[in-house]
Amino acid sequence: MISMVAMVLIGAGALFFLAGTIGLLRFPDLHCQLHALTKADGLGLTLIGLGAALLAGSVGDIARIALICAFAALSGATCGHLIARHARRGDAEGRDV
Amino acid sequence: MSEPLFLFDLLLALAVVAIAAAALLVRDAFAMIVLFVVFGLLSALAWVRLAAPDVALAEAAIGTGLTGALLLKTLHHLRARGMAGWEPGAAAPRPVPRAVASLNAGLTLAVVAGLGVAILGSPLRVTGLEIAVAEAMPLSGVDNPVTAVLLNFRAYDTLMEVVVLLAAIIVVWQVERGADAAPAPSLGPIWQGFARLTLPAAAIVGVYLLWAGAEAPGGAFQGGAMLAAIGLMLLLTGLYRPHPDHRATARLLFVLGTVAFAAVALLVAGAGRASFEYPQGHAKTLILLIEGLVTISIAVTLTALFHGREPAALKGELRHDP
Repeated sequence: MISMVAMVLIGAGALFFLAGTIGLLRFPDLHCQLHALTKADGLGLTLIGLGAALLAGSVGDIARIALICAFAALSGATCGHLIARHARRGDAEGRDV
Repeated sequence: MSEPLFLFDLLLALAVVAIAAAALLVRDAFAMIVLFVVFGLLSALAWVRLAAPDVALAEAAIGTGLTGALLLKTLHHLRARGMAGWEPGAAAPRPVPRAVASLNAGLTLAVVAGLGVAILGSPLRVTGLEIAVAEAMPLSGVDNPVTAVLLNFRAYDTLMEVVVLLAAIIVVWQVERGADAAPAPSLGPIWQGFARLTLPAAAIVGVYLLWAGAEAPGGAFQGGAMLAAIGLMLLLTGLYRPHPDHRATARLLFVLGTVAFAAVALLVAGAGRASFEYPQGHAKTLILLIEGLVTISIAVTLTALFHGREPAALKGELRHDP
């Protein structure tokens, strides 16, 4: 039963990654692509982490998975912000010149 | 072939080759670096699938993370000086002379042929030195066979790896001195907050990797790379600014690992023992001492390599290089 729930969660997470990738390929500009990637990947990784935590054997494993998810979310959001910031600065410089 | 992960392994192998090809063929230097990083991450995954977590950790931390950072820094430096080569909209660079291209192709083919001969000529399904290592494990002072080989049975090789890093930073400091032509860009408040949150965590992970190396995958190079990541963040957040007065300390830290490693090797020699033949009962202490000091040296050296120049105050230097 638990493994079924875990499978559903991991499958749903994979679907979010798929959606994020399609967004990256299909959306017209960088900001839309970032929007698709950061949201979908954050949610996808959390779902996969939840599924993996259900299958994990020990409290230590669950804690490690939680830490991985937390830091991946943190760095994903920061990277998205830095890329968008860099792109906006670049645009502004381009207009000035 | 009934292995359930066979398809995954096949796709992984194809992806590694495809991304390596893409990294070589793409024209934009930045895209090339990004592809190189992706290539490194997939190779790390491949090492995990080959049941070599030590190599996977090293590949992810040094081969991908730090090398990627060094490449990006180099690109930043080159762009600031207008030497980044092909840029979107720029004129195509001069083609590589045919002789150089043929020479490269010939040498590469020779290397590939040599590797092919080595692989085809090696006997199939042998255990190698696994049995010898397993038998000698009780003497090694540690429980992780990889660490036992790196720091005890084949410590000489590891000493040479540390010397290579030392040589690299010496050369870099000879080549580049003075203030940075392309100062690191300000990355904004969100980056600063991110660094504040992750710095302590990175410190813990780095020290843990070093400590865990005695019985689990990890060790001096992986731990040193993690600690070097802290150095990179300190440089990028501007929390640490290299100063000419810090050079003496930096030099001391560069050579610390090499000196400690070599000193232990020589001091344990004598009384019928060869160099690197740690006395019984003290092997674990000596290995930890070496690994700890080597980790510090690796972290400081990699950070200095990222900074990429000796922070010397040159006579009459302005803020910008010509």
